Amino acid sequence: MVPLVKRQTRKGKHPMSEQKIIEIEVLRYKPESDQAPHSEVYKVPFTDDMSVLQGVQYIKDNFDGSLTFRWSCRMAICGSCGMMINGIPKLSCESFLRDYYPNRITVEALANFPIEKDLVVDLSGFIEKLEAIQPYIIPKEPRTLEQGEYIQTPEQFSQYIQFTSCINCTLCYAACPQVGLNPDFIGPAAMALLHRYNMDSRDGGQAQRMELVASEEGVYNCSAVGYCSEVCPKHVDPGNAVNVNKINAAKDYFLRFLSPKGGAQ
Amino acid sequence: MKTRKRSNAPIFWGLFGAGGMLAALFGPMLVFITGVAIPLGLLLPAGTMSYPKMLAFAQNFIGKGFIFAVISLFLWHAAHRIFHSLHEIGIHAGFGAKLLTYGVALIGTVVSAVVLLRVGF
Repeated sequence: MVPLVKRQTRKGKHPMSEQKIIEIEVLRYKPESDQAPHSEVYKVPFTDDMSVLQGVQYIKDNFDGSLTFRWSCRMAICGSCGMMINGIPKLSCESFLRDYYPNRITVEALANFPIEKDLVVDLSGFIEKLEAIQPYIIPKEPRTLEQGEYIQTPEQFSQYIQFTSCINCTLCYAACPQVGLNPDFIGPAAMALLHRYNMDSRDGGQAQRMELVASEEGVYNCSAVGYCSEVCPKHVDPGNAVNVNKINAAKDYFLRFLSPKGGAQ
Repeated sequence: MKTRKRSNAPIFWGLFGAGGMLAALFGPMLVFITGVAIPLGLLLPAGTMSYPKMLAFAQNFIGKGFIFAVISLFLWHAAHRIFHSLHEIGIHAGFGAKLLTYGVALIGTVVSAVVLLRVGF
């Protein structure tokens, strides 16, 4: 790397401080040749402003071009660069090498997902779950253009706005022990998005979505560990969405005979 | 769209929740009274938990209800927690574990109901 600014230094001192080097242990997996994933250690020179993502990019650019990982925005917006960093699910773009130095840092693919290659996981199961929750407004009654727009008060808006912040980074799935035990569990992020639509005053789809919420793949898989909300980089609190819907599903279970509509069979 | 089976968890989750609430409210107090205060003769007057007094308590409608709720709901709470903890530490005994944990709670519920009814009113 070329130093961008040459600092003014006192006479007799070296202009640059000594180059710091951090060891990054990366979980590698090549599906065409490997039986199982294995670790490789790289010695990466770094500066204090470098993220873990930049460290991994340094490895790809300088040591092994075949190292595969997802990334895009570099600023915790896109949700692509989630990795297990020292065993904790984090966005690698907002984790900094300086916070781990001088210790070795391990970087692995997100837990609880099948690994496609190196740090890239197979998200198809997650995408199916997102589709299953019907993530769109299902109007209470059909509305014509002449009737104009939907009116929503700030109070109604505040009911669901928090749950719109999800960026589908799937850190919460990597954090959830119940997703690890039962991959069919609908899981935290999908439930947060489901709750976002249920809580929207324009939406009337709660009864339709209840079939999934109350099913064996639904909310009761959760044992209220709460780690999902802890690792969420956007402060969505999916744990809250799941547990509020346990109450909704229990009401539906016991009261469904009084108002028989929707719900699972 | 694939058909999904409705989970019967609300029954057990409801009992678990009720037991948890009761345990949080009364558990520490009961442990203190029955386990510390009475045996050591602290705070409470002598003979607070004597046989005639406890019999009268168990023969009273409200006392009966309290004893029944505290025994049965505590058991359902514990059963649910043990069942899920087994799952979490990697013992997926499935139906067997369910039978054992919820079974004990069910037996405890029935036994406490029968005993409470047999002490009369």
